[in-house]
Amino acid sequence: MWRCILLLSLLLLAATAKAAVSDPADMLRDQAQEERARVLGRELRCMVCQNQSIEDSDADLARDLRRIVREQVATGRTDREIMSYLHDRYGDFVLLRPPIRLTTLVLWAMPVIALGLGATLIMVARRRSGAAAIPPPLSAAERARLAELEQDAQ
Amino acid sequence: MIAELGHFALALALALSIAQSFVGLLGARWADARLMGATGPLAAGILIATGGAFACLIWSFVTNDTTVANVVMNSHSAKPLLYKVSGSWGSHEGSMVLWVLILALCGGAVAAFGQGLPSVLHARVQAVLALVGVGFLAFILATSNPFDRVWPPAPDGQGLNPILQDPGLAFHPPLLYLGYVGFAVTFAFAVAALLEGRVDAAWGRWVRPWALAAWSFLTLGIALGSWWAYYELGWGGYWFWDPVENASLLPWLAGCALLHSAVVVEKRDALKTWTVFLALLAFGLSLLGTFLVRSGVLTSVHAFANDPARGVFILGLLGCYIGGGFALFAWRAAAMVPTGIFAPLSREGALVLNNLLLCSLAAVVLAGTLYPMFADLLLGEKISVGAPFFNTATLPLVVPLVLAMAVGPLLPWKRATLWPALLRLWWVALAGVGGYFGCLAIAGARLGPALGFAAACWLIAGAGADISDRLALFSRPRAAWARAKGLPRAAWGAAIAHAGLGVMILGLAGMGLATDRLVLLHPGESAELAGNTYTLRRIEDVNGANFTARQAIIEVSRQGQPRVVLAPQKRNFPLARMTTSEAAIHTTWLADLYAVLGEEREGGAVLRLHHNPLAPWIWLGAAIMALGSALSLSDRRMRISAPVRKLAKEAVRA
Amino acid sequence: MSVSPGPRRRILLFAPLGIAAAAGAGFLVMLRGLSSGAYNPKGVPSALLGKPVPEFDLAALAGADRPGLTAAMLRDLDQPLLVNFFASWCVPCLIEHPQLMRLATDGVPIMGIAYKDKPTEALGFLRKHGTPYQRIGVDLPGRVGIEWGLYGVPETYLIDRHGLIRWRYAGPLTEDVVKADVAPLLRRYA
Repeated sequence: MWRCILLLSLLLLAATAKAAVSDPADMLRDQAQEERARVLGRELRCMVCQNQSIEDSDADLARDLRRIVREQVATGRTDREIMSYLHDRYGDFVLLRPPIRLTTLVLWAMPVIALGLGATLIMVARRRSGAAAIPPPLSAAERARLAELEQDAQ
Repeated sequence: MIAELGHFALALALALSIAQSFVGLLGARWADARLMGATGPLAAGILIATGGAFACLIWSFVTNDTTVANVVMNSHSAKPLLYKVSGSWGSHEGSMVLWVLILALCGGAVAAFGQGLPSVLHARVQAVLALVGVGFLAFILATSNPFDRVWPPAPDGQGLNPILQDPGLAFHPPLLYLGYVGFAVTFAFAVAALLEGRVDAAWGRWVRPWALAAWSFLTLGIALGSWWAYYELGWGGYWFWDPVENASLLPWLAGCALLHSAVVVEKRDALKTWTVFLALLAFGLSLLGTFLVRSGVLTSVHAFANDPARGVFILGLLGCYIGGGFALFAWRAAAMVPTGIFAPLSREGALVLNNLLLCSLAAVVLAGTLYPMFADLLLGEKISVGAPFFNTATLPLVVPLVLAMAVGPLLPWKRATLWPALLRLWWVALAGVGGYFGCLAIAGARLGPALGFAAACWLIAGAGADISDRLALFSRPRAAWARAKGLPRAAWGAAIAHAGLGVMILGLAGMGLATDRLVLLHPGESAELAGNTYTLRRIEDVNGANFTARQAIIEVSRQGQPRVVLAPQKRNFPLARMTTSEAAIHTTWLADLYAVLGEEREGGAVLRLHHNPLAPWIWLGAAIMALGSALSLSDRRMRISAPVRKLAKEAVRA
Repeated sequence: MSVSPGPRRRILLFAPLGIAAAAGAGFLVMLRGLSSGAYNPKGVPSALLGKPVPEFDLAALAGADRPGLTAAMLRDLDQPLLVNFFASWCVPCLIEHPQLMRLATDGVPIMGIAYKDKPTEALGFLRKHGTPYQRIGVDLPGRVGIEWGLYGVPETYLIDRHGLIRWRYAGPLTEDVVKADVAPLLRRYA
């Protein structure tokens, strides 16, 4: 049963994905507004596609959502209002940037966690293997001798 | 008949692999020279059997044998020959055969090029490779047999998706698999070292060429896939942080850390535990990718048809290999003791930082990829983790990595002071700053691309600084040429590869400055974009091999001077009942001019025009990275092992 | 020279195995869930569950002999009902249609919304295959669908007596789904 939907959505996707390039009439006149709409669009997931934003997809639903974003930008809504509008209707799934919540804390903190964990492991390993004992730098006399030897070698 | 032969060949390969596992492991355990010597011929046998099976599969596709189920599903008589051949590895079953073929190739390569390895190590490596082969051949024979027959024969195949008939897409899987499976060799080396309980400098030297080779192929494979997406999908996108794309990036990151870490093992006899772990991790991440794509837990454009039963089998294989590897690691890694000591600030320290940053990057990408699945499973929440997350989360890790990449090669081993190295980089920093302001000057206040330009100039100049430092180009210029001739290829290779990354970042930054226009033009009308004038001359019908198309002829001129004619098409494939859009791309050193034909309305056509500055440099950079890597591979130091070779021969003769 | 590993180092060395094992267990549960239907990577729960039906006002389908549909008609009901989004160009809609007809004859009130469908074509579809709907709204631009958080057709929503959305099913209704989900839910919210 699911295979039916999967197959069909893939077929529909395949048929539409390479078809229309979308409509110039959809674009906003104002360049800045159009750019703002695009930036917002890149944060919104095309619900029927695989991990693509509505800006990157030619699916009908993506086109509809693009139109809605542009309409709302043109009427002066703020970014937050537009995102809430879609979030209220489609839930967390439509946001390509996962909201920062208790449940997504581990995800967002992963760079820090990974670095911190790694750095701790390194320091622990160094202390354990006694690698901290490095020979002290050469004294002036030793450096002079080294220079002599290098000269001889050349 | 051929299909049955192919099937038999696979079974033969399985039997030989089982034999090889025993022969190799027991031979090494008992230090039996005859058993160990048998691993070479057995590896050859496995290669011949697997190669034969693959040849039979290709034959079935080329002759369009519609009694073979796989051919019916994935091919068609009307397909051009190249795509009939590449269709053989386009399906799940066929791609698994390619997988085991490359594994067999690796075994053969280890036998051929590993003459200098100690027999015990060589035997164990062959045994582990064969063990991996056993699992996957069993998987193929049990669940994914490409030679299943269908009777009565179908009138023709059903696999005529025109999107898949593309040279880029045809070569993308083999290159990727060479990378994924190439890491099986480093995995085998790691397991062999753990079994022996010893990792020494020689091991580091032996592992590195294999890591380099696998990593180069993976770089090329990923780049090819990205380039294909760019020219085929029609809106200039080239990386989507799709879960399957991430699954290929993860072993790339781990492999990159591995080949750097192996340097420290080789040169300084340190970082052993970490290097062995990275070798296990790189292959483990490859296998994870295999699992994600074929099991159905992911939804992705790349995923093969879902079959949870297959997924369980692959999960079992993962359990054996990754679980076994990590278990062995936990049990035996403690026995590896580093003798090299180094100060935190030194080239080793820089490489440790490199390891740390690359592994953290891998952790972030892995978390982002797996999070939606596990959040759904454990918390019942459906969230999306898309490009905005990955771009934001990886940036703070990439920035220090890029900074360190130019500084690291200039630091001496064992102990360094930072200031002299930084001083020598003054002109590199200048180049970076120049890149930043240059971008701002040309393109206006675009902070992101400007930082990208700065990073790219920093890296490219940094590679230059690395070479000029080794040649003492500025301090002792007279002998620089002689030193250049004597400089080992690995040094050139490393600098070139690092510069290649800089070139790629330049391309990425340039793409950040891309502009586009969506217009409805009637014949004779023009549109302006980035100083170019695009004039639609006419829309005409054209015919291709198996399609009819509507083609728009667009003349591009700049300040009155004609530049190029772009001809984007909308193709209709009557047999496959699909339409595709072929973008017209004109590539120059500075930018890609990209035009896509949309729907036709009111006598005119909707056109999407893109100006993508420096886009080709993205893939050029990747190619340069692979080139640098290949150059390092050709370094004769990778292949010298004369003294040990004699010993091995004597051992076999005894 | 051999350094005997302290307990802390041992634990660290076992960490990769531990993490891999945990992930593997998770994947196994996912695979089991895939076959049983408990885990569905493609399904998205509705964001409107437990919330009132969104405001909308749709005209009737000309020629279908059924009144139009507005949000007001979905509040204060005698019994829970289904709202089904369909279209004549949608093949799974055709596949689920017999199920809807069966539910309708069983007395389940079903409201239909023709999503992005030309009225004449929607009418033709219903004339050919039967009309299980008590009311039909025409949503040609598809905006009402977006108000409901629709992302494809067919989708079926269960509305309780107070006009709250209690359940959303994306995909064609099959006998199994009707038996396992729809019937119990209709009883629960009766």
